[in-house]
Formats: sequence, C-alpha cells, structure tokens
Amino acid sequence: MAAAGELTLLEKWLVLQGGHKYSVQGKQQVPVLQTNNGLSLTGLTTIAAHLVKQANKEYLLGYTTEEKAIVQQWLEYRVTRVDGPCGKEEVRTLLKNLNSYLEGKVYLTGYNFTLADVLLYYGLHYFIVDLTVQEKEKYLNMSCWFCHIQHYPGIRQHLSHVIFIKNRLYANAH
Amino acid sequence: MRLFVSEGAPGSLPVLAAAGRAQGKAELLISTVGPEECVVPFLTRPKVPVLQLDNGNYLFSTTAICRYFFLLSGWEQDDLTNQWLEWEATELQPAVSAALYCLVVQGKKGEDVLGSVRRALTHIDHSLSRRSCPFLTGETESLADIVLWGALYPLLQDAAYLPEELGALHSWFQTLNSQEPCQQAVETVLKQHGILALRPYLQKQPQLSSPEGKLVSNDPEEEELATLSEEDIAMAVSAWEKGLGSLPTLRPQQNPVLPVAGERNVLITSALPYVNNVPHLGNIIGCVLSADVFARYSRLRQWNTLYLCGTDEYGTATETKAMEEGLTPQEICDKYYAIHASIYRWFNISFDTFGRTTTPQQTKITQDIFQRLYERGFVLQDTVEQLRCERCARFLADRFVEGVCPFCGYEEARGDQCDKCGKLINATELKKPQCKVCRSCPVVRSSRHLFLDLPKLEERLERWLEKTVPGSDWTPNARFIIRSWLRDGLKPRCITRDLKWGTPVPLEGFEDKVFYVWFDATIGYLSITANYTDQWEKWWKNPEQVDLYQFMAKDNVPFHGLVFPCTALGAEDNYTLVSHLIATEYLNYEDGKFSKSRGVGVFGDMAQDTGIPADIWRFYLLYIRPEGQDSAFSWTDLLLKNNSELLNNLGNFINRAGMFVSKFFGGCVPEMVLTSDDQRLLTHVTLELQHYHQLLEKARIRDALRSILTISRHGNQYIQVNEPWKRIKGNEADRQRAGTVTGMAVNIAALLSVMLQPYMPTVSATIQAQLQLSLPACSVLPTNFLCTLPAGHQIGTVSPLFQKLENDQIESLRQHFGGGQVKVSPKPAVEEAVTTAGSQQIQMLMDEVTKQGNIVRELKAQKADKNQIAAEVAKLLDLKKQLALAEGKPLEAPKGKKKK
Repeated sequence: MAAAGELTLLEKWLVLQGGHKYSVQGKQQVPVLQTNNGLSLTGLTTIAAHLVKQANKEYLLGYTTEEKAIVQQWLEYRVTRVDGPCGKEEVRTLLKNLNSYLEGKVYLTGYNFTLADVLLYYGLHYFIVDLTVQEKEKYLNMSCWFCHIQHYPGIRQHLSHVIFIKNRLYANAH
Repeated sequence: MRLFVSEGAPGSLPVLAAAGRAQGKAELLISTVGPEECVVPFLTRPKVPVLQLDNGNYLFSTTAICRYFFLLSGWEQDDLTNQWLEWEATELQPAVSAALYCLVVQGKKGEDVLGSVRRALTHIDHSLSRRSCPFLTGETESLADIVLWGALYPLLQDAAYLPEELGALHSWFQTLNSQEPCQQAVETVLKQHGILALRPYLQKQPQLSSPEGKLVSNDPEEEELATLSEEDIAMAVSAWEKGLGSLPTLRPQQNPVLPVAGERNVLITSALPYVNNVPHLGNIIGCVLSADVFARYSRLRQWNTLYLCGTDEYGTATETKAMEEGLTPQEICDKYYAIHASIYRWFNISFDTFGRTTTPQQTKITQDIFQRLYERGFVLQDTVEQLRCERCARFLADRFVEGVCPFCGYEEARGDQCDKCGKLINATELKKPQCKVCRSCPVVRSSRHLFLDLPKLEERLERWLEKTVPGSDWTPNARFIIRSWLRDGLKPRCITRDLKWGTPVPLEGFEDKVFYVWFDATIGYLSITANYTDQWEKWWKNPEQVDLYQFMAKDNVPFHGLVFPCTALGAEDNYTLVSHLIATEYLNYEDGKFSKSRGVGVFGDMAQDTGIPADIWRFYLLYIRPEGQDSAFSWTDLLLKNNSELLNNLGNFINRAGMFVSKFFGGCVPEMVLTSDDQRLLTHVTLELQHYHQLLEKARIRDALRSILTISRHGNQYIQVNEPWKRIKGNEADRQRAGTVTGMAVNIAALLSVMLQPYMPTVSATIQAQLQLSLPACSVLPTNFLCTLPAGHQIGTVSPLFQKLENDQIESLRQHFGGGQVKVSPKPAVEEAVTTAGSQQIQMLMDEVTKQGNIVRELKAQKADKNQIAAEVAKLLDLKKQLALAEGKPLEAPKGKKKK
C-alpha cells in the first residue's frame, strides 16, 4: 500500500476533517504533507504523529515516557525494517522477532493500543495475507496480535480480512 | 535502567552523548558487552547499544534510546525533530553504514566512500543554511543534533569526508564536537584509535544493501536500469542510424610513432620488470597488462600512442644471480631478457618497443643528466662506512654479507635483516661478518659516495605537483604516498654504489663506482625510446604536447612520482614528466603471497603450460585487478568467472546472436525496424558504452570491464524476452520482429567485440572474423553505439568462443602451483578428499618428486649455497607429502622430531 494511501486511511480513522493532499518524493515514494502554516512534513511516521496530534489523540503516541519511546521505536522499525528491501529470508526473520517480542503482550507497548500498532498492521498486511495456515500458526503471538488489530474498530477499512484458524492444526510441528 | 554498550559500536556515540540528559531523573547503569552478545531476547541478530527499561522492556533502537533520555529531561516531541529522526533512520543511516563499511572494512578511500553519503551530507548542509540556524531544529542543540552527530562522527572526523564546500555542515559539526558530552562519548567509544576502533564491530555486521544498490561487490548483481530521458533516446537513435558512415578515417600506421602537433599524443610506460627473475601474475597485472589495456584503448580512440617497456638489468641482484648460475651478468641479462620478452609475447602485450637498460644510450643519457645535475649543484658528496672484502677486492652489498645477528645471536643473519628475529641490521654491525662469496672476513672501510640533493629540489617538485596532480588521473594511493613522503621531508639520497655491473659514474675519483639502480632505472624509459627512434627527444623533451601515463604497482610510486621528477627538474632540460601516475595495489595468491622461493603461485612462464588460453588469463587478472585495494588470485574464482561471466554471459550472447543470423537468415543481417523497446535498449547500451569510456579515460580498467559484461547481460535478457527462435516461425509481423531482434543483437555483439579488444585481443579478433566486421569498425571505438552491421551484411561462420573449465582440472592446477588448499591438514575429511585423487595426478606428482630430487642432488654436488639447497629440499619434502596423501599412504613423521 502506498504510504499516501495509508495516511488517508489513518485520517479517516482519526475522523479528521478536510482531507489532506499528499505528494510523494524519491524512488522510495516518501510521502510529503503541506501543512496549513506553509511548512511541509516529510516521512510516513512524522506525518502520522502530526495527524494524531491534530486529532487531539496524543495518547496514541504513548502515555508514559517509556511508552513514548517504545512507540517511536516501533514506528522506526516499521519504516526501516518492514519497508526496507525485503527478501523472503528477511521477512521470516522479521516475523520471528516480532512473534517472540509479542509473547505475553496484547499491543506493542504491552497493554495500550497506539499508533505503532496501527502502522505496523498497515505495513505488514501485505505479507500476512500471503502466509500459509501453517506459517500463521508458527508465528502464533504475532497472529493473535494481528487478528486483534484488524478487529479494532475502524482500523481495517477496505483492507482484506485475514483469516486465522483458532484450532491448531499443526500441533506436532513445534 | 541498564544501558548495554559495546566498544567500537558506532551507535554508542549518540547514546552516550545523550545519556547525560537523564541524570538525576533515573538511575542509569552502564554495562559493556561483546559485539556479538544477544542482549535483547527477541531479536535474532545481536544489537548494541540497548537500553533495558525498568519495566523490563527493551529499547534496541539508538534513536529511541536517545529520545528516551531527552524525554526524561522534560523535552516534548515535535514534528521537526521527528522528521529529522525519521530521515536519519531511513536515508542517512543506510548511506553512512555503506560508507563506513567501505572505509573501515574494505579499506577503500575517496569517492568510493564519499559517493554514497554525498547526497545526505548536502541535504543537511542545505537545511542548515536555508534556515540559517546553528542547529537542526533551531537556536539550541536538540535531540536531532545529537543523533545525527553520532551517526556522522565516525566518518566526518576525517576531514577528507567532509567536503569543504559544505560550510554550514562544517560549522555545525565543529560546534557539536566541542561539546563536553560529545567529546566524552568519542573518548569512550573510539579510545583514541580513531575510526579503526569500529572495525571489529563493523566486520561482524551483515552488509546491508544501500537504497541505491551501489554497494561494491566482486560479483555484478542485477543492475537496476537507469531512467532514460526522451533526449537520451533521441540522441542514441540518431547516432545509431548514421552507422558506419560516421566513423572517422583511420590514422595511418606510423613507424616510428612520433608526436604530432595538434593531436593527442599519449606516451605509455609500464614499470620496468627486474631482469633477474621470472615475473609472477602480480607483476604482470600491476604493470605490463594494465598498461597494455590502456594502450590498446588509446589506439582505439585514434590517439597517437607509443607504449614502451623493457627489462631493468643493472644492479646487485643481477650480479648475485650471475654468481648463482655461474654466468656473467651480461649472459644472465640476455637469458632473462629473452624469457621476459617471450612471456609478454604470449600474453599478447602490444609494446611498440620492448627494450633493456644495458645499452650505450642508457649510459649516454644517464651521464648527461648526471652532468647537468652536478653542474647545477644538486649533487653532494659524503663518506659512507661499508664492508669490503679484501680477497674479492670489492665492497659488499648487504646481500653479500652474512654473520651473527647482533640482537639475537642467530648465526646466519643477512646483511640487511635477521631472518630469525626479523630486526633490521646495519651490515657493519654484524658480528663475525663473512663474505658470502669467498667466506673471508670483510673489513670496515669508508667509501665516498654521491648524493642527490633532494631537499634543494623539494620546492620545485612541490610547484610541479601542484600544477600537475589536481584534476589529473593520478590514483589515490599514488597521491597519498607522495604526500606522505613530502610531509616527512625529503632527504639526500645516495645515487652511487660500489659495484661493477651498472652505468659508470663520469666523475674523477668515482671510476670504480656505478649509479645506483633506482637512479638510472627510470632513465631507462628514455634510453629505450632512444633505441627505438633517434628522435626520442620529441617524446621526452616535449611536455606541452605529450601526455605521459606511467603504470606500476604502488611500491614504485616514490621513484616515478618524486625521485625522477626531481632529477628531471634539476637537470633543467624541459623533460616530459608524468601526467598520470596509475598505481595498483598488490595481488595476492589464494590466501598468501606469491613466493618464488617457496614455489607458491603462478609465474609468467607457467601460465602457458596450464592449457588455459592467454585471453582467459588476461580477463581474469583484469577482472580482479587490485584497483583501490589488494585483491587475490583464486583458482576457484577463476573457474567461476570463466564459466559464469565468459561462457554463460558474454560467450553465450555473442554466439547466440551470430547463430540466429546464420540459422534463420542465411548469414545475412536482417532488416531492423526499431520499436520503442528496441530504442530503449539501444539507449541503455549507449549509456553503458559512455560509462565504459569515462572509466577507461581515467584508467579504471577493472571497472570498465564490468560495463562490457553489463551490456552482454542486457543483450541476453533482450533475446530471452523477445524469443526470436519462436517468432521466426510465426506470421509476417512476428518474422519481422525476429529480424529486428536478431539484427540488434548481432550489432551489440559487434560493439562488444571492439570494447573487448583491449582486454581480450584474440577473442575480439575471433568475433570480428566471425562477424566479418569491416576494418574501420574494428579499429575505432566511437562514443556512440553505431549500426556497424547494416541489413544485408554477410557474416562468416559462427562458433563458440569459450571453453568450460572443469573442477578437477582446476583442482589439479591448484595442487600443482601450491597455495592455501594444499596445506596438509590432519583432518581425515581432507585426506579422504585427496585420496580420491586420480592416477593421473599421482603420476604428475611422482614426476615432480623425481625432478625435484634431481635438482637437489645436482645442487649438493655443486656445493651450492646452503640456503638455496634448503629451499629446494623443502620443496621436495612438500611434494613427497602431497604424493603420500594422493596415494593414501600415512604421513611419515619427520625423523628425529616429535609429531605435535
């Protein structure tokens, strides 16, 4: 999904009025937003954080100092690792790391839903759609988290619903 | 909370610089861990620095850690900072990592390093100067400054990587450098080792591919195609259509070649190989082969070109060799001159003249230059203490003396160095010195010598360098070597020796002395030209009209870039001085060095016996040319490159293109009706050709070879996508398409044959004969891709160009020539692999053992030099070991010694 499209989804979910226009820059199609005060903002996570503040939902950037840093860390992870040049091997490593990180966690920060969850969900959707049932089961924690986010009110929008099977089929696999 | 850092991890710089912000807000413990320790349980790869938060969670992103410290100090997040940090993570970090990897791990310098970060640096500079604030987000230092400073510090601390024109970046960087927390972070992380402190850490990092995909690797990856503008395409198409008619008329062959006013006159020399030995592959790629590629390219450009070389024959080493072989120095020179000449002939080196330094012209020119220097007061006299053998009635050069090492007491220390403790020795300090020839004890005598007064010439040299080097194609290593010599200050250098085999010194009181080789060897270029034409001064006293390119390995740079220019400037006779000094690094063999005495490596004369054609040797040596960094010859790599690049890529494309013309069109080039796809291909090929020209004009020989392979890859892809073999069976339109594709392909093949000419002259001629390419099209390489095989052109018989190299063939060569893989290892796995060696190989080894046995017996009978016998015996033992392994016999333990 193009970054600009993703930001439009985010705007809709945040119920922001006016609908911003985005341009893109460079080969990586980095989104650029012209703000009202004549300045422009460049970069997916930068613009996303700006929109969240505009919508007065700053809690989405984390409640505590620790959470704020963690949210930003995962946003960075999103634009450097998830959007980076991804070979099959890299995607597998990424899913594996994320899976073991999410063990015992409901959201990326632990117990609070944040912007990091939203953007990581949008960024990963493209990979997760293509996972086999067996793979989804292998990355169980990640699958639970992903399924949880896609059912969070208003997040999924037009994106396809990814099916996760609740009963384990490959119990012997691990 | 606990911070984990690792010595030499670049990420520790900003983190430590920001840590101070958290002071008083939370307790911070700092632990140092090894770079490979996995601190974060959920990450597969080790990552430092890492901050473990009090709630147990981890921050593994450098930026997030810094951000956390700033948040603790009460700072509020803002858009501008976020934007800088996102840019740092996505754009700057990959670029800096690539640059650091190049610089620290691969040892590259200059543009190779700077190239990947230049855009990012310019971006920061522009932002700073546009907002005219001292810091990135305003008037005060903030999070963004610390994070970017930390990312950039390892690179920018070397002024060479902070371009001067970026003034705003400069002062921003200096301001941050002077901050106390930053200074302390640098001290902790780099520990005054500078950037090298990062090396152990960076070496362990997987090399990320940069967004530009421009990371340097030995193997060409799928190149990303450049975007083409309409203009590029229009120009390429119109050049193509002009065809053969737009070729310039050929220069008539001259003999002798002399400079012509108003033309580009290129004089090319390659370092003179020393006559007393057979050159190894490293010598060949370093000078004659590199210079040959450039000379051939220069002729293809229709530049007026003279390429010369010769053997350097005077000096102690020749005298020693003569004594060893029981010949006179002259006989030695004659013998080895012939060997050298035949090796270079086999390698197809296109010298206009290959001379030698032992000629009357050499004496005449050297003495003339000396006289001029002497008259102008650039020659000093001084007394030197030296060992003299009374019985032989001569002063002993260092290598003619042996004695007891004054440091470790080793009995057979040489006159210049002790083989046991490795310390450098002054020959007069040896205890119990012995003349190596007659074994009598030499005495210390003083001897008067002449010195070239380099300090007096230093200023002229600097002025000349300032005028010459900037904007020229001097390689970075040559610039660096000269700069470091000048920085240390020049000292007078002795130019005479107490020898017989050399150019006599034309001065009273010096009749029994000769010039030291390094003084007269570089004059050899002049005398060799003088033996080629009596009008040699048109080349050598004509700096306005002649462009002098000198090729050599880096050890020769001081003589060509410093000593000879000083000599010539002091002689004040308007000599032509080097305009472009092209120096290579060293070529290693497998994982060690070439060594004649240990019999390791491939030497010029042996290359012929491998059955591998000269052009394949040329290709591989040029492919791994040590340009910018040392490289290594490897048999496995040779096989791979031959089979993948030559056979499957280049050979496959050229052969297919020709075969389609023969099989589908009766050998007659079909009509071509270019679609926009064809025009784009045409433009890509044109751009790659122009890239090739840019590289070769700068003598970047290895890189230009990649362009050839890129074009043939484009060609293969083009054929694969368009499938002319299917379309030829289709309807009228399909058949026309097949014709266009075939015609384009065969024209690309014709272009490749010309581009290949400097690298593989025989293969190039073979292709041109197969395609019946016209003489002008073979002899000139224009800057545009032209249609040189128009519709209707009849080609000749097409046949395959390259042969596959087989594993067992290469393996037996590797065994034969020694090197990494044959080191005897006690591991049974290795033995097993060797025991399966074929009977052919066993026979070969047996023959080798017999041959080597005879050599040893002969030497012993002749009572030859002890060291020499020892070296040959070692070789024999090694061969026997290999044979034992090949036959599957257990190794005999050396007598009298315990096995480890």
